Amino acid sequence: MRFHRRELLAGAAYLVLGLSRAHATIIVDHLPWTPNAGNPPEAAVPGPWHFFNVDEGRAMEAIADCVIPPDPQTPGGKDSGCAVFIDRQLAGPYGRQDGLYVRPPFQTGTKSQGHQSEAGPAQLYREALAALDRACRSKYAGKAFTDLSASDKDTVLKALENGDLQLDRADGKAFFEQAIKDIQMGFFADPIYGGNRDMVAWKMIGYPGARYNYLDWVNRHNERFPLPPVSMTGRAEWTPQAR
Amino acid sequence: MARKLPKKDVVIIGFGWTGAIMANELTDEGLDVIALERGPWRDAPTDFPPSYMQDELRYRVRHELFLRPDQLTFTFRNKIDQTALPIRSWGAFMPPNGVGGGGVHWNAEMWRFLPSDFVLKTHLTERYGKGFLPEDMTIQDWGITYDELEPHYDRFEYLCGTSGTAGNLKGQIQEGGNPFEGPRSRPYPTPAQAQPFGHTLFGKAARELGYKPFPQPSGNLSQAYTNPLGLKMGPCTYCGFCEWFGCSNYSKASPQTTILPYLVRKPNFTARDNSEVIRINVDKSGKHATGVTFVDTSGEEWEQPADLVILSAFSLFNVQLLLHSKIGEPYDPVANTGVIGRNYTHQTISSVNGFFDNKKFNFNPFIASGAIGMCIDEFNGDNFDHGPLGFVGGGYVGQVQTGARPIESTLTPPGTPKWGAAWKSAVRDNYLSTVKPGTGVHGSFYAYRDVYLGLDPTYKDRFGRPLMQITMDLHDNEVKQNKFLTDKFAEIIKAMGADHLAKQYRTAPYDITQYQTTHVNGGAVMGTDPKTSALNRYLQSWDVPNLFVLGASAFPQNAGYNPTLTVGALAYWAASAIRDKYLKNPGRLVDA
Repeated sequence: MRFHRRELLAGAAYLVLGLSRAHATIIVDHLPWTPNAGNPPEAAVPGPWHFFNVDEGRAMEAIADCVIPPDPQTPGGKDSGCAVFIDRQLAGPYGRQDGLYVRPPFQTGTKSQGHQSEAGPAQLYREALAALDRACRSKYAGKAFTDLSASDKDTVLKALENGDLQLDRADGKAFFEQAIKDIQMGFFADPIYGGNRDMVAWKMIGYPGARYNYLDWVNRHNERFPLPPVSMTGRAEWTPQAR
Repeated sequence: MARKLPKKDVVIIGFGWTGAIMANELTDEGLDVIALERGPWRDAPTDFPPSYMQDELRYRVRHELFLRPDQLTFTFRNKIDQTALPIRSWGAFMPPNGVGGGGVHWNAEMWRFLPSDFVLKTHLTERYGKGFLPEDMTIQDWGITYDELEPHYDRFEYLCGTSGTAGNLKGQIQEGGNPFEGPRSRPYPTPAQAQPFGHTLFGKAARELGYKPFPQPSGNLSQAYTNPLGLKMGPCTYCGFCEWFGCSNYSKASPQTTILPYLVRKPNFTARDNSEVIRINVDKSGKHATGVTFVDTSGEEWEQPADLVILSAFSLFNVQLLLHSKIGEPYDPVANTGVIGRNYTHQTISSVNGFFDNKKFNFNPFIASGAIGMCIDEFNGDNFDHGPLGFVGGGYVGQVQTGARPIESTLTPPGTPKWGAAWKSAVRDNYLSTVKPGTGVHGSFYAYRDVYLGLDPTYKDRFGRPLMQITMDLHDNEVKQNKFLTDKFAEIIKAMGADHLAKQYRTAPYDITQYQTTHVNGGAVMGTDPKTSALNRYLQSWDVPNLFVLGASAFPQNAGYNPTLTVGALAYWAASAIRDKYLKNPGRLVDA
């Protein structure tokens, strides 16, 4: 069997994704350990959108606030950073389908065979957000989704959810299902990724965060754990964070 | 042209649990051993330190420590007459990659199989008659008994420091343990882990319903332990990040914590990471392996000659490498001939989530370990009379919740909208008072003629080789078994005091997108007859006697337990056959 070197090198690039040691190593006599050779996560940097354009970003913030509405105790999807989370995820390996099997042929299968489209999440979001605005403009006198009243926004999203509103050149139902999943993921993921700002979601549910030791608590049954959450970068009181 | 390396006594393909066990055993015998691993070296300080290991997004959702499908994946279909399509992102199971294999990010549930599981066909036929089994069910005996494997179970448990409560010591049933387990020669090396509130409450409810609950045997240790190789492990801190995650605390049994620091110091051992074996080479006769060919990350091909070849990759990759190396006859489900790819199985999993009154119940569900839990075994294997039920097999059920990482564990009671203000307040009100057992119903998965592995005619991997094709569906027997177990499980969760239950039965079709477990087994099974097994009872290839194939690919069908303890015990069993028998007289250890 002969292998094509270029193919192999392309494959090898995925081998090293996110890994500290890229090349084949021969290990004899001692563990291959290097001091300070960790691979900490990359923090989402505040600032302009990385993937969305301005309209897409506003629409995502509006959808995030419908999926997670603000209330007096806990901010909504927008202010907790869920759209920023999705933006940074779509601009990164997730949006590009890095590491997934994307070789042809692409054929339609059964539901139990899973996702078979060549298009990844980034393309899905781009097409669906554009199609959503087109649908809103034609139905609501030229208004984009962002500019609809709160109740009209909910009406549109409910229609996407139950399949009553069909989008042009995009699967609106699949898009909204994915958006719900991603918004809620951003809400509950570590704040280092741009959502769950100030650990608002963790405070809301009582999750103490990236702690590492509950030895003193495993035998204390039916008592509320008293300590506030911490994230991978500590707590707001310790590390001043941008908005 | 492959560059040829100096010959070794032994080459090991895949450096996870079984590769590490075999390397340690054969270097003790004085042999010169090299282990080749497709993925990178991994260890706590560099790959999962306590400063950032608790990252649900990175490790659970984005699969950081697992194989990437672009490196290698499979195609899948439910039925023989369908077109198989590639698994483009992982779902039903999660193949490992890297040194330590699945042993890095497993939950460390350490179950022994029942004595009857090893003689399953004989046992069920004797008790219920031949006509009781479905016609297309292809279950068979293992060719080994529980009593033969017991010393090896014991050895692996003591290597890992396993925490548990014995239920059967040399035939004497012990209070507080699993009364259905086979006799064990001595107690667990360390006592059972402490149980959080929800797990304790399950145990109490089960006892009140007349069952005999016991703590799940755990490779996350209840106390500090020094293993027989002199390696030290720390007590588990119940951080709730085992499953999908590496342990930063040296508390979870893995090749890294129990074998590797000892093994790498031996002068007759070498490992090579980021080196993927693409073929086992055989001589012209086809009956003798000459070594392996592997590719490193720069695309360079190497040939590693060896006298003895140990195939110890993850189960599916073992089968795939045998097919690509043309060793053994591929299984043909229509003609019902051949053995490579035959009797592929998984695990029949479901769960019941319980929603409790948050004014009365606070479970602090984030306090847990991967193998914590209270279980009952009344409905496993053939521990109960299947006569009136119309199915065979079973599983343990238990509150085995491994934590409450918030992306996956913010559940709402049935009927709650999926988004909006009602969703948000339901999440807030239920997080601390919900019981989410995960794989709470852990059922067996028996083998069938039309569930198997082969090579795909269309899709290729990055080397241009055909992907392996999985044909699998759930049969009525497993669906009935799961309905029965799930209903029994729900009764106990209800008795704990839950206001609302969310029952999730396992139903056909088998869905490749829904995570079940990574317990995929079979395809190169052990047995007594070369017509129905790829390996003899010592895990030696019938066709190529200087090749041994370790791992769950050797299971003729799957029992209602997690597989790793049996996988490790079988590795010790095969190692002792090589040390005591094969090396004295290399050749077939069993006459066909």
